[in-house]
Parts: sequence; C-alpha cells; structure tokens
Amino acid sequence: MLTLAQVNKRYPTGDLALTDIDLTLPAGQVMALIGPSGAGKSTLIRCVNRLVEPSSGSIRLEGSELTDLSPRQLRSARRTMGMIFQEYALVDRLTVMENVLSGRLGYVGFWRSFMRRYPADDVAEAFRLLERVGLSHAIDKRADALSGGQRQRVGIARALIQRPRLLLIDEPTASLDPKTSRQIMRLIRELCAERHLAAIINIHDVALAQQFADRIVGLRAGRIVFDGKPNALDATTLTTIYGEEEWNKQEGGIQAESAVEIPTYSNWTGPQSTLAAAGAVR
Amino acid sequence: MPVSTTAQGTPVWRLRTTRAQWLGYLGWLIGITLFLLCWKVISDNTMWVFVEDAGRQGSNLISRMLPPQWDYAHRLWKPMWDTLNIATLGTLLGIAMAFPVAFLAARNTTPHPLVRSAALFVIVSSRSINSLIWAMLLVTILGPGVLAGIIAIALRSIGFIGKLLYEAIEEIHPTPVEAISATGAGRMQVMSYGVLPQILPAFAGISVYRWDINIRESTVLGLVGAGGIGLQLNAAINTLAWSQVSVIFVMIFATVLVSEWISARVRHTII
Amino acid sequence: MSRQSLAAREHWRRPSLIARPWLRWGLTLGALVYLLLALSSVDVNWQRVAEGASRGLNFLAAFAQPDFISRRGDIIDGIIESLTMTVTSTVIGVALAIPVGLGAARNIAPWPVYYMCRGIITMSRTFQEIIIAILFVVMFGFGPLAGMITLAFATVGFMAKLLAEDIEDLDWRQVEAVRATGAGWWQVMNHAIQPQVMPRLIGLSVYRLDINFRESAVIGIVGAGGIGATLNTSINRYEYDTSAAILLIIIAIVLLCEYSSSHIRRWTQ
Repeated sequence: MLTLAQVNKRYPTGDLALTDIDLTLPAGQVMALIGPSGAGKSTLIRCVNRLVEPSSGSIRLEGSELTDLSPRQLRSARRTMGMIFQEYALVDRLTVMENVLSGRLGYVGFWRSFMRRYPADDVAEAFRLLERVGLSHAIDKRADALSGGQRQRVGIARALIQRPRLLLIDEPTASLDPKTSRQIMRLIRELCAERHLAAIINIHDVALAQQFADRIVGLRAGRIVFDGKPNALDATTLTTIYGEEEWNKQEGGIQAESAVEIPTYSNWTGPQSTLAAAGAVR
Repeated sequence: MPVSTTAQGTPVWRLRTTRAQWLGYLGWLIGITLFLLCWKVISDNTMWVFVEDAGRQGSNLISRMLPPQWDYAHRLWKPMWDTLNIATLGTLLGIAMAFPVAFLAARNTTPHPLVRSAALFVIVSSRSINSLIWAMLLVTILGPGVLAGIIAIALRSIGFIGKLLYEAIEEIHPTPVEAISATGAGRMQVMSYGVLPQILPAFAGISVYRWDINIRESTVLGLVGAGGIGLQLNAAINTLAWSQVSVIFVMIFATVLVSEWISARVRHTII
Repeated sequence: MSRQSLAAREHWRRPSLIARPWLRWGLTLGALVYLLLALSSVDVNWQRVAEGASRGLNFLAAFAQPDFISRRGDIIDGIIESLTMTVTSTVIGVALAIPVGLGAARNIAPWPVYYMCRGIITMSRTFQEIIIAILFVVMFGFGPLAGMITLAFATVGFMAKLLAEDIEDLDWRQVEAVRATGAGWWQVMNHAIQPQVMPRLIGLSVYRLDINFRESAVIGIVGAGGIGATLNTSINRYEYDTSAAILLIIIAIVLLCEYSSSHIRRWTQ
C-alpha cells in the first residue's frame, strides 16, 4: 500500500539524511525501523506525511503520489496517516478529550473546531477509543496530569480517531518503563490487527522490535542495510546496522557498563537472551 | 595563556591573559571618559546657583505640601475613574491589536519573512515612543479628552505585549504543533490547537502586567491633556496648590499599589 | 448525569474554565457592566475628531517626508542632551542600585535594612518618571541635571528590585560552598554572588539604558532637559514634519540599542 522509490533527503545544512530509499509496505504489515541515532529513522517517517519534505524520489500511498500534492490535497492525505510521537506530543493544556478530538481536525472546519462543536459520531468514537485504551475515566483531565503511559495511550487514540490506513510511529516507548513499553507496543499491535492497519515503527529497543514486528528494516547513515524477518536478526546484522560491539557477551554481572559503552542502545543483552532478562536489566 | 612559566620554571597562573587584561583596562578607560564627557555636557547646561539652593527649595516644597488638603479628595473620584478606564480600555484595545501582530512577528508562525520584518517594525516603533508622546500627538489630532488617552495607551501597549508574546510563541514546544499538523489540520487549526493553548498563560500574564504598568502611565497622561487624574495634577501644579498635589500623590500611590497587588496575585494564580 | 456517560452518548462540551456556574456568570456579568459603564463615561466630541482627522493625515504624510533640516540645531542639541542624560543617569543609577538591591534581598539583608531598601524601591517605582521630574525641576531648576537625577532615581527602583529578586533565587549551594572554605562576607560576595548575578545585571543595565533614553524623550515636556522639549514644541506648532524626524531618530536609536544589547547579552552569557 505504501511504496517509497529512490527517496533522498538533503537538509539545507547539506547533511544527507536519506539516500536512495526503496521500500514497500503491504497492507496490514507492522514494520519496525531500527538503526543508530541520526540514521534517518525520524526523517524517513516524517517524509511519508511530509512534515519533512523529501528532496527527491517518489512516495505513493495506495497508488496516489504524495510528493506533489497541493496543501489542500496534503491535508486530506495526512488524514489517512495517523502519527504517534516520541514523548507523546500532546497539547499539555488541553483536556484528554480535546487532545483525542484534535485527531479529527482534518475533517472539520476551523470554526467548528475552534468552538469545540464536533459532530456527535466523532465524540462517540473518541469516547469508544478512550474506553478501548483504558482512559474513559480521565476525559476531563488535562494532558499534563497524566502519567507517561497514559499520555501515550491518548496519543494512540488521537492517531486512531483519524480512521487512518497507515500508522507512522516515532519512538513510541522512548521514555517509558519496560513494562509500560510492552503494554503500549502490545496495544499498538492489537489495534493494527483489529483495524487491519499497516504501521512503520521507529524504535531503539531491538528486543521490543523483534517481539512485536512482522518485519524489521535496519537503517544506517540514511541507507537501508537490513530488511527481513525479526528472527533473521543476529550479531552480524546488528554489527552492520549499529557498528562493532560485543553483542552476545555477558559481562560478569556488571551489566551497567554496557549501558555506558553504547548509550544509543542502552541495555541490550543479546538477541538470544530472554526478553524477561532484558526487561530485568533495564 | 593564563598559565605561564617564569624563568625559574615555576608556573604562574593569572585569571586573564596580558592582552585581555589591557583590553579590559582600555574598556574601563573609554567608559569613564565617556561618563565624564557626558557629565561635563550636563554640568555646562546647569545653573549651579539653583542647584545650591536645592535643599532649601526641597524643604520649602515639603512644608507647603504638608498637611495635605484632604477635603480636596472628593473631587478626585471622577478623574480617578477616568484614569482606570483609560488604562483598562487602552489595554484591551492594545491586546486586540498586539495579538495578531505577535503571530505575524514570531519566526515559527509568520506567513512570510517580509511580513515578519514589518510586524517587528510596528513593535519597535510602538515600544520606542512613550505613551505621553502618543498622547501629545493624539491630543492635537483628536482634541483633549479620555479618548486620546485610551488610544495612546493602546498604541504603546502593542509593542510591549507584542514583543513579549512573540517571544513566548517562539519558545513553544514544536512537537505538539507537529502532531496537530500530522492530523491534516489547516493552518488556523494548527494555531488554535497547537500554539494557542501553549501561550495562553503567558498571554494572560503579560496582559495583566501591562495593565498594571498602564495604570501608572495613565496617571500622567492628563499633563498633556489626555484625561484622567493628570489633568487635576497639572492644574494644581500650575496654581502652585501643593497641598492639593500631595493629595493627588497619595491617591496615585494607593491606586498603583492596589493595581500592582492585583496584578501580582493574578499572575501568581495563572502560573 | 456524569460527563462520561454523556460523552458515551455523543454529548461532550469543553469543560468551562471556571467550574462554579454562579462565579462564571457573575464574573462575565461584572465585566460586561464595567465595560458598559466605562464606555459610556468616555465622552467623545465627534466634531472635534472630524476636524482632527485631516491633521492626523498630515501627521502620517509627514513620516513620508520628515524634515531634519529646518530645526537642525534644536534637534542636535536635544538628542545630545538626551544621550548624555541617558548615559550618566544609567551609570549613577546602577551604581546606587547595587547596594539598595543587596539590602532589599531578604536572604542576605537584616530586617531594618530590608524594609528601608524596599521602601526606596516602592517609592521610585510607583511614581511615573514625569511626576518625579516635576519635583526635581522645582528643586534643581530647569535643565538636564534635574532630568538626570530623575532618571537615576527611577533606575535605582527598577534595577534594585530585579537585582534583589535575582539574589533571592540564586543557587544557595554555591554560596554555602564558598562560605565553607572560610571566606569572609566580601569574599562570599565576590566569589559566590557576583558571578551568578553579573550576567543578568549587565543585561538589565543595557535594557535600562534603552528605557532611560526613551524616558529622556518625555521628561523634557516638564523642563527636565532632553529632546522632549523640542518634540513638544514641534507638535504644539503642528510642525509634524519636524516631529516625524525626531520620532524617527528616537526609533533608530532605540533599534540600535536593542541590536547592540542582544549582542552584549550573548557575550555575557
């Protein structure tokens, strides 16, 4: 459903963020995008909904080209792509309900949204979604009164109320504890299955990516260097993506040290170790 | 190098290098010379005989101000009401004009760099010109009265509120704005959902703060004929009725203290 | 019915800013009544406004062709006087504000000193510069000296208040660390307080320089020297082209001040 062909992005500063990206995402697939910090993961998903303008190449969503849309067409294209952010990106001073309803902004006119007079089905849908993510009790709380995991749930509800066909997810678990991270990833996974959504998930945590994605794409310095099933990821491929590191060696009990050595990839204990152990380390 | 080695081989540490030290001395020299030059200009333009007399004049003034002529106070309620109105209505008018200007002047919400520089120019001009000057101009244009005062206060407030507000807009978190744009929202919707909630507390605080300053400023607008208690002040000074002047001073003092207290309370509850 | 069950049935309204309805309506009503009363007490002489409209247009037109020449002498004298008043008053004001500010900081000053310094600050901040100027003109006679003293007095209030606030919320651990080395009062001032306060003090002084220049353009109205007298005369004589020239010069100097102050602030950070 989503096809990227020869996508390049060069920032005005001259940094080449993406080089010759070719990628096809079939409907309903959950794809994890991994790679070191600065590899271009965020740039890639922002190019898809054009929060960042790609410098060249073609991006097609269900057959329609996204790179040459007019502002008005871009608005309606963005409605079909829900985005979930690192650090949640909620509007802190608005209530939970207003944050969720803001997902409908692409559908309603300015005055309607300004007066907060949303259509009744939107309100009902917003409430159903909040119930689904377990936050129906918090509709009138302000977003900044919620915990990290709750905020990310609001972010998910905001993306889903757009009735998207594709989810763009940028580091959804970046500031969450390991248990909440798993809950959030599981929720995303379930919702994708329920609604038959395709998703691109930028993620630092390889263990989470392996546990929850159908497919993993590795990015290094703006190029795709790995593309395959989660179980095809081993120490060699991790080295191609992240560079040299003792991926499997367990330092006798001083696990904190590995966190110092590879800050971008903090507490990796090896793809073969159990996930529970990975969780316990963090 | 701040750390150098002497002939005997012991390291010597100094805070600054020799060059920086001399530049520092030079800077102080230039500063002091400038200050003395300026002082000389002022002293040349001063009649020192009058200055030697200042202590006597001062005590004379105070003795004529005391005791205040308290029964004069009842004639000041209407001018005080006018003063409050000038400040409040002027602030409201100023807010209405400053709000769009701030959005045009902020780097992240302006539609075009040219529009931005125009908006910045409006802000600087309004800030540079004191409300008394605006009042003088407006009195010659609109005639004396409260209206000129209101507009003068409003024109001066644009720059103040506009500047602080556009700085607040430039400091908002960009991610919620990005998130709102990603939903397919239009430009105005992004403003009202992504930007506006983030700046509202700052906006309210700035407005109340400016209202408090405007109370102070509107007390003197009457000196140039723009209404308010300044008119009474001017009349009292011209007739050398210093015991009335002291009553006016007490009223101004009380009003300003009360408005400052209100403004501090409101800002405290907002933040 | 609770807001949750209402939301489930497709009814949702934004929660009001003020939850208690009587307070909300009371405040709205109060604001409306005040606005009505205030607006009705503004009496406008529309005939006079209509007459003035053409003068307003003249004034705007004058900005297109300001006249710097015909009153050149007065303008130059006024500007120089304003600038000298600005410089001297800022220097003197800041120098006086430092002890007052130290005295007005609750965490380092003893109570009697604190109240005295707060009293000075309040006096200086409450009255508009122009009112103070009137008093000083009576005492010191017409001329820039009265203006300079006025501005210095206002500077003391402004700077001392902000300085005191700065000192009150400075990082106390640094002070304790220096004190722990056995430093005396002056050494604590020099090694713990001065480094923390200095950058903002410089920034504020430059800002106050800018304010003093702008104020020096008005206190001339009451005879305290500076460009204000020239400006006042030109406006009263309807010589708008000269007024426009003076205003443009003021705007230019303020712009220059602002530009250099942003540089100075970056340099002191």
